[in-house]
Amino acid sequence: MMPSSALLSLPMILCLGAAAAGQLTPSRAWPRRWLALMTMVSVTAVGALLLVTVRRNGIQAAQMGGWAAPFGITLVADLLSALMVLVTGLMGLTVVSFSAATLPASREAGAYYPLVLVLVGGVCGAFLTGDLFNLFVWIEVMLGASFVLLALEARQEQLEASIKYMSLSLIGSVVLLCAVGLLYGVAGTLNLADLSVTVPGLGTPRLMTAVSMFFLVAFALKAGAFPLFFWLPASYHTPPAAVTTLFSALLTKVGVYALARVFTLVFTQDARFTSTLLLVMGGLTMVTGVLGAVAQYDVRRLLSFHIISQIGYLIAALGLMTRGALAALIAFLIHYIFAKSALFLVSGATARVTRTYDLHQMGNLYRTQPLLAALFFIPALSLAGVPPFSGFFAKLAIIQAALRTQHWVIAGTAVVVGLLTLFSMMKIWREAFWKAPPENQPQEPNRPLSLGDGVLGPCIAMTTFMVVLGVGAEPLLELADAAAGQLIDPTEYVRAVLRERP
Amino acid sequence: MELFLALTVGALFAAGLYCLMLHSVVRLALGLVLLGSASNLLLFTVNGLQRGFAPLVPEGQEALTRPFADPLPQAFILTAIVINFGLLALLLVLVHRAAQETGTDDTRALRTELKDSQ
Repeated sequence: MMPSSALLSLPMILCLGAAAAGQLTPSRAWPRRWLALMTMVSVTAVGALLLVTVRRNGIQAAQMGGWAAPFGITLVADLLSALMVLVTGLMGLTVVSFSAATLPASREAGAYYPLVLVLVGGVCGAFLTGDLFNLFVWIEVMLGASFVLLALEARQEQLEASIKYMSLSLIGSVVLLCAVGLLYGVAGTLNLADLSVTVPGLGTPRLMTAVSMFFLVAFALKAGAFPLFFWLPASYHTPPAAVTTLFSALLTKVGVYALARVFTLVFTQDARFTSTLLLVMGGLTMVTGVLGAVAQYDVRRLLSFHIISQIGYLIAALGLMTRGALAALIAFLIHYIFAKSALFLVSGATARVTRTYDLHQMGNLYRTQPLLAALFFIPALSLAGVPPFSGFFAKLAIIQAALRTQHWVIAGTAVVVGLLTLFSMMKIWREAFWKAPPENQPQEPNRPLSLGDGVLGPCIAMTTFMVVLGVGAEPLLELADAAAGQLIDPTEYVRAVLRERP
Repeated sequence: MELFLALTVGALFAAGLYCLMLHSVVRLALGLVLLGSASNLLLFTVNGLQRGFAPLVPEGQEALTRPFADPLPQAFILTAIVINFGLLALLLVLVHRAAQETGTDDTRALRTELKDSQ
């Protein structure tokens, strides 16, 4: 068995090392592609190993450089972190194989794969760090790579999107840095476990609530929650489908993860106020996201608005703050990463056939691409929460948790938003797959429209996960429940990190 | 001294946010620089201004005795400056590219949404 310090730092070392090595290899498509693919396979393996280790031996912690807990750089993996690293590895693998099938070789030969690796490394770092300043640093690493990935083709719409996305993200980073600085000024430490011990004894609850609001704003901005989501629909529809998939699967999830971490571990004194705020925020995020989607006829924009609406479910589940709700949050998070990625991948695949993302211009795909139609249908139903797919169980768990704590409004909103999501998915189905193609479409008979090799593989993999997680929901919910147990009662987390201290 | 620095932080935030609200990509970048500096100065001020108390353990003792200048916030600020600098360089490349593309630094000239709606 590997020592936990090696296991915990491996995802970041692998990704950043491979990114550096990738830049050094000759500027050809295949060495960079295979390097990225192999790295993602290893990250997934490390994630799986980490999950097994944590499940068997409890929370793992490691102090980098040998400095004891509150002073050194701490890496921690509880079940949630390990699960997220595993999912990150899987998503990295999916996106790299989809990129290999869809991107032009010139793009693959450039800095694309190293940037993807840096992004995945940053995300893993954010999931595994046990200290708020390092969380800030890893988020910046991830954002830096995402800025470049977004602007890589430098078309005008991408420049517009990049400037909007980058300036709003940087404002979020400024708020986060202020939050970190203020918290250090008040508590004198930034180690999450140490904070969890010292903050209740500080005797300044009002001040802590004020500081926690800084964190709420910063992480809600990263997560794309109401009313701070404007950067998301302004930017996610411009890069290639592979990049959008990567962003939608990982970036906003780091925001949600960070919110879950600080509000279960550090800011727990004024629970009534923060949980009300999170519930209101979650409810409004669900509703605005799904209503925003109604007006859209660009597939990727429509799906981007659904990202926001699903983030609302997660934030509302966090606001409920019970063990059941947190378990629902974790199950929903996993389901939703796969469902959304499947939809974005399929939208990329359909765009290869129709050469457009505009629903008005599409049609008849059900006839011409039956397999693609099936691959859209399953994740679409799953996202809307139709049984027997994974979305149903995840959504049911959230609604049950809301009913159990008598939050009728949230439960009702979740049901209605689910129906509106179904309506929205049916709109895509009707426009892109069902209706006859528009008559004035410029026909190009001499250029056969085909998918190309290996495009469907990642879509099939995602959809299979959906079905597996739906039919075999029990183990996932069990794991999510165990992870929620670790979140709701931080004693094990604290003990794992501050082992040396009495 | 704290009061003076606190007012400076406030002024920097105000100036930065004002720059962000103008229709100019270059001022947008400048605004973000000001916001970054404001947050660094905030970190510095909040964590206690000390002069002449080096964080050294006195002879014959085991731990630091108060007052001492905490070196950690300064390390945070240093890291934040480096990150800010890198991202700013990237932003300037984008701004430059956008200016080449549109021939102006007006953010409204960058908009592509109105063209493709409906």
